[in-house]
Amino acid sequence: MKHAIAIFQKQLKDTVKNKAVLIQFIMFPIMTLIMNNAIQINELPENFFVLLFASMYIGMAPLTAISAIIAEEKEQNTLRVLLMSNVKPAAYLIGVGSYVWLSCLLGSTVICFAGSYTAKERFFFLLIMSVGILASLLLGAAIGTFSKTQMMATSLMVPTMIFFSFLPMLSLFNDTIAKVAKYTYSEQIRLALSGISDPQSSGEKTLILMANMLLFAGLFLAAYKKTLSADA
Amino acid sequence: MNDTIVTEEISHRFATHTVLDHLSLKVREGEVFGLLGPSGAGKTTLIKILTGQLTQTDGQATLFGTDTRKLRQEEHAKIGAMMDNFGLYERLSAHDNLTFYAQIYQMPRHTIPDTTADILKRMGLYEARKTAVSGLSKGMKNRLSLARALMNHPRLLFLDEPTSGLDPVTTREIHAILREQKKKGTTIFLTTHNMFEAESLCDHVGLLSNGHLIEYGEPAEICRKYNHLNRLQITLKNNDTVSLPNDSTAAAPLAGYLEKEAISAIHSTEPTLESVFIELTGKGLD
Repeated sequence: MKHAIAIFQKQLKDTVKNKAVLIQFIMFPIMTLIMNNAIQINELPENFFVLLFASMYIGMAPLTAISAIIAEEKEQNTLRVLLMSNVKPAAYLIGVGSYVWLSCLLGSTVICFAGSYTAKERFFFLLIMSVGILASLLLGAAIGTFSKTQMMATSLMVPTMIFFSFLPMLSLFNDTIAKVAKYTYSEQIRLALSGISDPQSSGEKTLILMANMLLFAGLFLAAYKKTLSADA
Repeated sequence: MNDTIVTEEISHRFATHTVLDHLSLKVREGEVFGLLGPSGAGKTTLIKILTGQLTQTDGQATLFGTDTRKLRQEEHAKIGAMMDNFGLYERLSAHDNLTFYAQIYQMPRHTIPDTTADILKRMGLYEARKTAVSGLSKGMKNRLSLARALMNHPRLLFLDEPTSGLDPVTTREIHAILREQKKKGTTIFLTTHNMFEAESLCDHVGLLSNGHLIEYGEPAEICRKYNHLNRLQITLKNNDTVSLPNDSTAAAPLAGYLEKEAISAIHSTEPTLESVFIELTGKGLD
């Protein structure tokens, strides 16, 4: 646990100086505030921009941030030195993961407070976002672990991020896309956030979210095994 | 004297490629051991196995008497490691890098500022303590990487190519620090392809080629063993060079050159670890 706390603190110091990661955390919350206040169209559903940017934030920020952090640590050899110093891979992932999770939850709080919600709705909003961030973290960790360099991580992460963050938005305008998008965690998060005023547990939603998370955890384990066996 | 590191017939394979092949060696407490070999010989893989990052396919390795597959915090606390490409956080300052590792080594919080300042002074980095690592020279990064490895006062130091690509002045500084550590009783395991480093620092060396330990012993002893490589290099006045074995068989041709007053210079070329390596493998260390 002490290792995870030290890694969390190091990450905090490092990100302040790392604009590429820092911008991931703040871009969507700021855009939500701007769009929500600047564009007032009566035909738009309530909290339209909040819901749109929240699901995009889930698909982009945690995935980009954690894959970039892990790939950089691998490329710079800092991860190997940490592991040589008896830091267990789980402690490293908890340290980095909890940092990204909390930072994204902070961003989600800004997005949430940009919308018109009751206190109860805000609680459910953040609860749903925290589950979405976790799923995104697993996928990002798999990409970061699989990649040997930051360049490789970026080339894998960009199409993945576009797929998961844009699909919920496109599904609003196209029924065929909606049929496919329904099987992704980001779309399920958008649907859950849309029905926040009347939260109901749905077996299908939970099943799809769990299946996505299990798939990402499996991808992460496969990437971790591959890294171990390829790392001469 | 106890053995700090013992490997018995360890092998490691990645898919069909054998990286280490039945490698056995011992490193005694307080000695400097150098593992020489070209890139890809298996040096880094051996360090990974010894530090518990990688599990060997066959054989057994122990560190302080403990199986490297079962190293605990207690053993890790006695180890310091300096890798070939630094492994430093480029955006953090020299001071922040060391403070982070002091936390990783779980040093008491109140001792961290003094320990960090002391080691930065010892390495000549105190003035640059607030500079981000990205702004440090290669020599400074190397010293910072060594400072990090020494933070926890290790009893065993792993150094992977500690002076690779450094200028002679920084190399001398690093060697001086390593000699100081040896005097304190630290066991040092270093990998290098620099024969001068191995000859000047190491008590024992092992020559590694394609995962095989092809020679092991004291540097001088190994060179003596291959004394047949000792030759006379004769430069003639017409700028031709002639190489003769440094023994009685050279007497007659040498006398011939002397009678003709044809010799411009004579040098003897004693075997070095590099020439021994070339003799054994047919290729150089670089």
